[in-house]
Amino acid sequence: MGLLRGLRSWLDERFGWDALIAPLRKKTVPLHRFSYWYFLGGITLFLFIIQVVTGILLLLYYRPGASEAFESVQYIMTRVQFGWLIRSIHSWSANLMIFTAFAHMFSVLFFKAYRKPRELTWVSGVILLFLVMGFGFSGYLLPWNTLAFFATKVGTEITGQVPIVGRPMMIFLRGGEEVTGATLTRFFGFHVAVLPGLTTLLILVHLLLVQRLGISVPPKLEAEWKASPAQRREMKFFPNFMLRELMAWYVALGVLGALAAIFPWNLGIKADPFVSAPAGIKPEWYFLFMFQTLKLIPPKVWFIDGEVIGVVVFGLIALLWLLLPFLGRNHPSRVQRWITGIGIFALAYMAGMTVYGHFAQ
Amino acid sequence: MAISHSNGWMLPGGLLGCLMLWAAVATGQTKNSCLDCHSNLPEPLGVTQEKFSHDIHAQKGLTCASCHGGDPTSDDPDKAMSRKAGWKGKIDRKQIPQLCGTCHSDTTYIRQFNPSLRTDQLSQYRTSVHGKRLALGDTKVAVCTDCHSVHDLRAPTDSQSTVNPVNVANTCARCHADANYMAEYKIPTSQFAEYGKSVHHEALVVRGDLSAPTCTTCHGNHGATPPGFASVANVCSTCHVFQAQLFDASPHKEAFSSAGLPGCVTCHSNHGILHPTDELIGTDEKAVCTQCHTEGDAGFVAAGKMKQQLVQLAGAIDGADQILSRAEQSGMEVSQASLDLVQARDVLTKARVTVHSFNVARIESEIKPGMETAAKDYDAGKKAMAEREYRRVGLGVSLVAIALVLVGFRLYLKQIES
Repeated sequence: MGLLRGLRSWLDERFGWDALIAPLRKKTVPLHRFSYWYFLGGITLFLFIIQVVTGILLLLYYRPGASEAFESVQYIMTRVQFGWLIRSIHSWSANLMIFTAFAHMFSVLFFKAYRKPRELTWVSGVILLFLVMGFGFSGYLLPWNTLAFFATKVGTEITGQVPIVGRPMMIFLRGGEEVTGATLTRFFGFHVAVLPGLTTLLILVHLLLVQRLGISVPPKLEAEWKASPAQRREMKFFPNFMLRELMAWYVALGVLGALAAIFPWNLGIKADPFVSAPAGIKPEWYFLFMFQTLKLIPPKVWFIDGEVIGVVVFGLIALLWLLLPFLGRNHPSRVQRWITGIGIFALAYMAGMTVYGHFAQ
Repeated sequence: MAISHSNGWMLPGGLLGCLMLWAAVATGQTKNSCLDCHSNLPEPLGVTQEKFSHDIHAQKGLTCASCHGGDPTSDDPDKAMSRKAGWKGKIDRKQIPQLCGTCHSDTTYIRQFNPSLRTDQLSQYRTSVHGKRLALGDTKVAVCTDCHSVHDLRAPTDSQSTVNPVNVANTCARCHADANYMAEYKIPTSQFAEYGKSVHHEALVVRGDLSAPTCTTCHGNHGATPPGFASVANVCSTCHVFQAQLFDASPHKEAFSSAGLPGCVTCHSNHGILHPTDELIGTDEKAVCTQCHTEGDAGFVAAGKMKQQLVQLAGAIDGADQILSRAEQSGMEVSQASLDLVQARDVLTKARVTVHSFNVARIESEIKPGMETAAKDYDAGKKAMAEREYRRVGLGVSLVAIALVLVGFRLYLKQIES
C-alpha cells in the first residue's frame, strides 16, 4: 500500500493526478430498478478491449492474402499455443459485442436517454454501432473460408445496388470487379487500421460525453425525483458502480471462456472462387434481418429494382435512426411516444426477421 | 359497306398468303402429299407431320419418298403411289437393313450430313446373330427400325432416342425380356431384370453417368453377337483395365481357362453385377472363393489372409473416421488428419483392385502404408479429444477463479456499503 501511495504522490506532483480523477470521485450513478441496464455500455467497452487484445495477438500469426490467410488461421487453431482460445474468444467476443451494442442502443432508446442534452452521445453511439457492424463484415472475410467468401460477395453486391455511388463503392470495397485476394487485403486494412482508429476516437468522444453529461434517468423517474427530491437515490461511481461493472466484466469473461472452450469457432473450408456458392448462403446473424427483407422484396416494384428500393429504404432508416434525437423537437412528448412505438416495432421486426431468415431455405 | 368490309379482309389475307409462300421458299420446303393422307390414317399406316418432324432424316431434308419412293408432289394417290414413279410401298423386313445401308454404307453421301458417322453398320449387322438369322429367313430378329424406331428416328444423342445410352436396355428388353417371343430361341430372358439391379444400371440410369455400360457396351450394337468366354474378360477390361492386367498375370488366369470358367463373370456374374464388397472374398459362406477352394488348400488360406488385410484396414479407417468426426463435432480442428484419411481410403481402394492379383504378399505391402496413415489419424483424433478434455478442465478452473473473484468483489462491496 505504501508503494501505491508513493506512486500516486509521484504522479500527483507531475500530472496533478488527484485533480484529474476528482470528477470520477464526485461522479454518481442514479440508483433505481433499471440501473442494471447501465452495465451494457460498459460490457460492450470491455468486449471491445478484448477484441483489441486478442486481435493484436492474432496479428502475430495471421497473414493476409488469398494463398496464406486460411492456412495461417489453421496454423493458429492447431499449432500456436492457446491459438484456438485467442481466435475463438476473438470471434465470440465480436458477436457478443454486437449483441450488447444493440441491447445498449435499445435500452437508451426505451429509457429516452437520447433527449437533450445527450443528442451527440446518441449520434456517436449509433455511429459506433455502424462501425462495429463494419468490424463484423470486414473481419468475417479474413479467414478466407467458403462461407466468408460468398457472404462477402453477396454483401458487396448489395452495396453495389446503392443508386449512383453503389458501383464505385462496390469496386472500392472489392479492390476490383470481383472478390479476390485484393478484397482480402483491403478488408484486412479496414479491420486492423481504419476501423480501430475511428472506433477508438469515437469511444473516447462517447465516454467524454457520458462523463460530462452524467447518466440519464428515465423521464418518469426523473419527474418523480424532481417532485420529491428525497426519493432520489444515487451510487458513487467509484468504487461502488465500478466494482459492480467489473463483476459484470468478469461474468462476460467467464461466458466468453465457456463459449470458446465448448464451442470453438469453426474454420470451415478454404474459399475457392471457382466453385459455385453453397446452397442457402446467409450472412452473419446481425445482417440477417436486412438480408431476409431484401429477399422478400419483389425483383421489380413498378419499374425500379426491388433490391435498390430495399437498400435505399434501409439507408434512409439508418439516417433517421442517427438523427432520432433531433426529430419533433417542437412536440417532444408526442414524438417520444411515437419513437417508443417505432422502437418496439423495430426490435420485434429485427428479431422476427432474424429468426425467419435463420430458418428460411 | 359489304364491299369495303370484304376489301378490309382481303389485304391481311393476301399478306398471309405471301408470307406462307415466302416461308416455303425460304425453308426450301417442297410439297409432300404423303403426309396429307397418312397423317389421317390409323397406325401402322398413320404418320403425322408432328411425328415425322422429330425424325433426324426429315430434319436433314429427306422425305417419305427417300425410302418409299413414289411422287410426293402429286395430290393424286394413284400417281403418287405408282410403281412407275418408283413407289415401293411397305418395305419388306428382310429388305430394311439393305435399304438403310443404301445411304449409311455410302461414305461420300453420309459425309455431307455427318462426317464422323460410321458407315460399316450394314457389314457389322451381317456378322451379328440378328443379321445371320435374318439372312436365313427369320424375320423375328431385330432389324434397323426395331431398335432405331421408324418415322420418328432420333439421333442417339437425343435423350428420347430409343438408342440413347439410357434407353438402350429398354429397347433390347422389348424382345429379349419377352419370354413368349424368345421361347423358340431357347435363351434366357432374365438379363434385363438382372441388369436393372446391377451397379452398372445404377450408374447409368440413376446417376446419369453416360460412361457406364449398357447392353451394347459389352455385346456390341450393329455387330451384336454374344461374346464367347475368352472375350468376356476383354469386354470388362475395356473399362476395368487394372483388374484385368492383374488377373491376366495371376495364377487364376490359367486355372480358370483350364477349368473352362470365364474370367470376371465367374466371381462377379454378368448382367446382375452388384457393387463388389469385401464379403466377396475370404472363406465365409458368401465369399466366392469357396466356390472352388476348400478348407486346407493354399487358395483357401490365401483368401482368408486377403480378406483379413482388407477388413483390418477398413476397420482402422472407420475407427479413425469416428474419432475424428467426434473431435470435429466438438469443434476441434482436425481437417489435416481428415484429409490424410482420404489417402488411407485410396490405399484401401487400390488394395481392393490388387485383390485381382491374388498375391497375399503384394496386398500386405500395399495395405501397410494405409494402416500407418489410419493409425496416425486415429492418434490425431485421440489427441484432439484429449485436448478437448484439457480445455474443459481449464475452463472449469478458470470459472472457479472467476467465481472466487466475484465473491471477493461482492464481500468487499458489502463491507464498504454497510
